[in-house]
Formats: sequence, C-alpha cells, structure tokens
Amino acid sequence: MTQLVLEQLLNGLQFGLMLFLIASGLTLVFGIMDMINLSHGSLYMGGAYLGAAAAQASGSFVIGLCAAMLGMAVIGIVLELLLLRRLYLRDHLAQVLATFALILIANDLVRMIWGPQPLMLNPPAALAGPVELFGFSYPAYRLLIIAIGLAVALLLYLLVSHTRVGMWVRAGAANRTMAECMGVDVRWLFTGLFALGAALAAAAGTLLGPLLAVQVGMGENILILAFVVIVIGGIGSIRGALVGALLVGVVDTLGRALLPTLLRAVSAPEVAGHLGPALASIMIYLLMAAILFWRPQGLFPARA
Amino acid sequence: MTPARRGNLVEAGVLLAAIALPLILEALGEDFYIGFATRLLIFALAATSLNFIVGYGGMVAFGHAAFFGGGAYVVAFLMQAGIFSAWIAWPLAVLAAGVAALAIGALSLRTRGVYFIMITLAFAQMIYYSIVSLQSAGGDDGLPLEQRSTLAPFDLASDTTLYWVALATLAACLIALKRLAHSRYGRALAGLRQNEQRMEALGYPVDRLKLVCFVIGAGVAGLAGALLANQNGMASPTQLYWTQSGMLLVMVILGGVGQRYGGVLGALALLGLEEALGLTTEYAHFYIGLALLAVVLFAPRGLAGLAGLRAR
Amino acid sequence: MGALLEISGLKRHFGGLWAANGVDLAIERGEIHALIGPNGAGKTTLIHLISGALRPDAGRIVFAGADIGQHNMHARVALGITRSYQITQIFPHLPVLENVRLAVQSRRRDWGSSFRMCRPASADFRMLAEAEEWLGRVGLAEAAGQLAADLAHGQQRALELAMALATRPQLLLLDEPMAGMGPEESAHMAALIASLKGAQTILLVEHDMDIVFRLADRISVLVAGRVIVSAAPDVVRNHPDVRRAYLGDEVAP
Repeated sequence: MTQLVLEQLLNGLQFGLMLFLIASGLTLVFGIMDMINLSHGSLYMGGAYLGAAAAQASGSFVIGLCAAMLGMAVIGIVLELLLLRRLYLRDHLAQVLATFALILIANDLVRMIWGPQPLMLNPPAALAGPVELFGFSYPAYRLLIIAIGLAVALLLYLLVSHTRVGMWVRAGAANRTMAECMGVDVRWLFTGLFALGAALAAAAGTLLGPLLAVQVGMGENILILAFVVIVIGGIGSIRGALVGALLVGVVDTLGRALLPTLLRAVSAPEVAGHLGPALASIMIYLLMAAILFWRPQGLFPARA
Repeated sequence: MTPARRGNLVEAGVLLAAIALPLILEALGEDFYIGFATRLLIFALAATSLNFIVGYGGMVAFGHAAFFGGGAYVVAFLMQAGIFSAWIAWPLAVLAAGVAALAIGALSLRTRGVYFIMITLAFAQMIYYSIVSLQSAGGDDGLPLEQRSTLAPFDLASDTTLYWVALATLAACLIALKRLAHSRYGRALAGLRQNEQRMEALGYPVDRLKLVCFVIGAGVAGLAGALLANQNGMASPTQLYWTQSGMLLVMVILGGVGQRYGGVLGALALLGLEEALGLTTEYAHFYIGLALLAVVLFAPRGLAGLAGLRAR
Repeated sequence: MGALLEISGLKRHFGGLWAANGVDLAIERGEIHALIGPNGAGKTTLIHLISGALRPDAGRIVFAGADIGQHNMHARVALGITRSYQITQIFPHLPVLENVRLAVQSRRRDWGSSFRMCRPASADFRMLAEAEEWLGRVGLAEAAGQLAADLAHGQQRALELAMALATRPQLLLLDEPMAGMGPEESAHMAALIASLKGAQTILLVEHDMDIVFRLADRISVLVAGRVIVSAAPDVVRNHPDVRRAYLGDEVAP
C-alpha cells in the first residue's frame, strides 16, 4: 500500500510539473494582459505533434523536443504579432471568439497535415526501462520528466524573481499601467512572454507525448486543467501556478488511484463502483470550489 | 409606417414563413431538412438563453453546455425510469438546470472578469466528468432515448410536430425576452451592465439580480437540452463538453451580444455555415475559424450589428 | 432622540497604515456636517466605511439606533444611507431620465421589488413623474432625453446628486461633489446643496474651504485617522489644533 501511494505520489508530482509548464505561460498572459486565451491548449497540441514528427524524422527524442519548443515559439511570436496584440484592449468576448476560432483552425490544420490517427512518440531508448527506487521499480522516463519539470520551475523562478525582465513581469502582473510608466517596452515584453509560454507548452506536449496519446483534441482537456491550476493559484502568479499545479496533479492522480479503493472499504460495493470514478474525476473541481469559497482571488493573488 | 410597426411586420412575416417551412420542405421532398431546421431552432433557443446571461446580465459565462446538455440527460434519465411524459420531464429538466445554476452561480459570482469565465468553465467540466463517469449514464457513448417524449395531445413522433414545438418554444422565449427587457428587472439589468458600482450604491442587490439572470438563462438552456435529446434520440456527452459551451458563446458573439435576435442569428449563421461547408470539405471548422477571426477583426458588434438591427 | 449617525472607536487599516484609527463622530438630523482634513487623513475611507463599501476592523456605526457595521451596501441604502462618489458614477449610455428613474425604482419600500419581469417599467407613471421632478430640482429637466454621457461634467455631477436624492436617503454622503468643476459649476452645485439645507441630513467631504464654511452647520476635522474637533464653523476656524494640522494656512477663509 505504501509503495502504491509513493508511486502515485511520484506520478502526481510528474503530472503536476507538466501542468505547471502549461499553466505558467498562461497565467502570465491572463495576469498581465488581462486576456483570456483559449488557444493555449492548441499550442500544447501543436508542440506534441511537432515533437513527434521531428523525433520520428530524426530518430532523436531530444531533437524532437528542441524542434517542438523552437517551432512553437516561432508560431507563438507570429500569432502574437498578427492577432493577439490586437485583442489586448478588446473585451473578453472578443478574446473568447478569436482564440476559440484558433482552436477550430488548429485542430483541422493538424488533421490536414498529420491525418486523423494519433501519432506515436517513443521515449528515448536509454530511458525506456524502469529503475529501482526506494525498493520498487519506477519508469526512468517519468523520472526524467520530473527532473526536467523541476529544472524548468527553478529556472522560471530565477527568471521572474532575480532578473530585470522578471521584475518587469511582476510589476506588469501587479499593475500594468505602472509597468508602462516605468518605461518598459511592454509590447516586446508581451511578445517574448507569449513565445516563452508557447515553448513551455510545447515542451509539456512533447514530454507527455510518450505517456498520453498525441491526438487532435488533446489540448482541450489540458486547457481546462490549466485553468483550474490558475484559478487555485491566483491569476498572474508563477508561485501560485506551481503550487496549484502540484496540488491538482497530486490530488487528481491520488484520487483516481486510491479513492475507489477507499470507498469500497467504507461503503457498499455497488455504491463505490458507481460513485468512486465519478468522485475521483471531479476531485480537483471540488478542491477548486473549496479554495474559491475561502479565497476568491486564489492562493497567491498577484494583484493586491 | 414607424420603424416599430415595420419591425413587427417583419417579425410576423418571418414567423409565418417559419411555420410554413416544414410543409414547403415536404412538398419539395426534402424532408431531411426538417430535422436540420429543428436543430437550428433548438440551438437558437440555447444561444438566446446564453445571450440573456451574457448580453443582458453582463456575465461572460462559459459553462452553458452543462445546463444545455444537462437538460438532455434529465430527459434521458427520466425515460430510463419509465417517465415518458414531456409535461413532467421537460419542467424537471428546467428545474434541474436552474438548481445547478443556483449553486454554480452563487459560487462563481463571488468573482469577476477572467476569473468568472474560468470558473464557470471549470464547474461545467465538473458536471461533464461526473456524468461521463457514471456507468448508468452510458459513459462516453451517451444515453439513447427509447422513444421521443410524449406531449399529449400532440404527437412528437412526427418530425414536423417536433419542429413546431421547438418553434413555439423559441418564439415564446423571444417574446418573453422582449417583455422582460422593458420590465423593471430588465431595466435594472441594463443599469448593472453599465455601472455595477452605481447600482450597488443605489441600493440594488447586485449579486441577487445577476444570480436570478444566470438561473433563468440556465433554465431555458435546460429546456433547449430537453428538446435536443428528443431531436437527437439521445443525450450525448459531447453536448456537455466545454467546446459546446464555446460554440454557444461563439454563436452569441457572432450574432450580436445583447441583441434580442443575436442568439438566433448566430445559431443560424454558424450551423448553416457548418452544414454548407460540410458538403464540400472535410475541414469545415478550419474555414469557420477563419471566418470568425474576420468577424473579430472587422465586425466587432456581430452580425446584428452589421445588419443594423438594434431591436432589443 | 440621539444623533442620526453615531460612530465610535471606528478602526480600519490597510497593511500597516491606519486609515481610520479610532474615529468618533456624531451627525444630527437635519444638519449639513462637513468633514475636512489634510490629504490622506482618511476622509474617503470614512465615507467607504459608513456607506458599506468597506467593513471596519473595530468600532461601532450606529444609524437611527441600529448597529449597521456589518451590513452590506444595499442593506444600508435600504435603511437610508446613500453616497455619491468622487469620480462621477452614472449610467453613461442610458438617457438622463432613465438614470434617475432607476434611482427612484430602487426604493423597494415604495414600489416593491425590482425583480418584476412582466409589466413594462414605463407603465409606472408615478416613477417617471418623480424622476422628472428630481431632474427639475437640479436643473436638468431640459436634458431628460439626452444620453448621460453627452452631458457636461458639471451636469453629470448634478445628475449624480439627483440620483442620490431620488433614493430619499435619511443621510446623504457627498464625497467631493465639486471635484473637477470650474468656478461657475461649483457655484451652481453649492447653491443646490444649500437648497437642501434643513431638509436633508448631509455629510459633506469638500476641499473648498469657502464653500465648507458657508454651507456647513458643523464641521469635523479628520487628521491621521482621528476626528480632532467636531464643532460649529466659528469654533473650528479658531481652533489651535486645526491651525496646526493645516500648518496655519488654508483654513482661514
């Protein structure tokens, strides 16, 4: 039992860190530009497809990962310059319409290029097997994801809290007008932020590729999870995104793995059989509702 | 002739044409399109109910699929339990959607702006996942209806009758919407949309005004869902998924936010485009996406704005 | 019968700053009571606390005998406290008359609920008539049909006053009603407020000392989150603490 819990905790940590990669870029876009961006999930999907295709073509997972991040960063820049930049000052409805349109376009574009079948993406051969860990075996690839996730989280933290660019970003999230007054060239800052967010989402897409299916619609599921993360953590806060992502990752993974068993122990089997999966799948939403009830601004609100 | 008189005449004309439509289609031997037209009416109803929340109540709610799809599931569940009468099942669909909206709205209205959008979205996903993971709800396959609801003395088994029932429901809702917009409550909502702080300072119970609007919109969406289950012969999880909420919201924005016919125009345009493009290409959504981008950039007030329709 | 509004020991802090640090204040029925003090003394915070936009950390707010410290804003309006804002708060894209009609409609005790959904609001003739009357009182009868956004700044402030009056408050809180006005508009607003004298209890926050000393029955001076004096204008004018607080200038008209 302890071993199962430990393994699921690691899985939760791994999923949470990937959610953080997706949510970190998104929360800054929300926080600083006060812009709702539904197409972030499409960047994640696009990254997974680019990564899978490049890895297949080159035979190297690392090349696939780099190609995905670079490619989506470029696409992110183009999108920001051509479209999103015009939306920052529009109302939320216009932003919803435009970014929802991007989802429709992205899904069909992917189907045009790669067809309707899911793509296969294999983990690097060296990491395909398990490793021994605290007396049980755990997939080496998942450990790698955890390591990369932690490294990126640390880098982002250093970037936001210890550099001049990071100071601008924090100032922008807390008070956009003030950031403009400080003489920050916010337009290029936004473009750069958006590209960074796209690259991180693409990284998550490629890294999760071997674990989940690379298919059309994968972005829509993950987008809502990223929203839950952001709402829990507080819009515009990187720290909040990290805490929220880990909470969501662990609660979701542990809930799915353990809740049905726990319910079976305390209630009739047919009730547990019915209720268990349903309850497990909505655990994170209940968590979000509870947090909202006590702290409507999330755990770490960026704006005072 | 005053513009108001002319508007009434146009409305009456469109209504007459809509009533006659199935007879014309039958005469032309194009019965297939009666089903499509019914679908249009049902989505027009759902989009109008969302427009009430977004355009009249000023709340960008992104979880309407929960109430729309939820209404469909209520009808399917009740039929599973042996209740076939629409006179019982449809009001219960409205009630269930309303009660769900009461709970979701009360929590979500503690927040504003982008938060409100994301939270309504997340709660709707919660309803989606709880229904999909119920085995008795058919999981990913959805829940087929044994037959259509019974609506004595009418015979809903006939496609034409179902069409007329959907048309009557939509027309009744549009008339009610017009009355409501000019009532004390509608005027209060108009004030709320423009300056919430001022309304609060005048002593209006702002959150309760909004919550009631949210619940009414959800209830009508539940009714639309009940109709949709009958039209499709099933309740399907795709109607609960958040992209359905997105589609409804797109219809509203496309048609014209806060315009009385915004929802109708948007549903007509989007589903019509989908149907027409579907005849020639596999990738209809690609072109629809491009068209929507064009609307965002070049027609910020939607189709109703383009056509110069200002009727509320 | 006690004062209409009695505040005692009211505290509210933002971070480490006490914007209200034990405020004591009593407002009598029928008086125009001015609240003055240097910038940052906490005048607007006090208005927020009385109107219900903010909740106090400590202390009591007793209005007409009832402790209202934890009531929300619309409950306080229902009891009879209405405020205006420093920055104009109107419904810019509604007609001027509709702005005031909405204020009239808000009085549940006279008309019943605002949740009525069937009858057209325009059929409530008495509401419309009353709204027109209020517009006449502030000199905006001619502008009834215009959009509120199209009014001049001074007219918008007058409209705001009409809206506040139309809720028929027992206590009217006016937060810098002359903010941003030219001399002519200010004079008009001052005359409007003067016309309410005796009939309407008003708490007035205003920077223009000429107007304050001319209109007010009593004046309270707020310094660093406390009321240091609360007295008739002549007493306040010569009070040494007040002169010190203002560094000897400004206060002498």
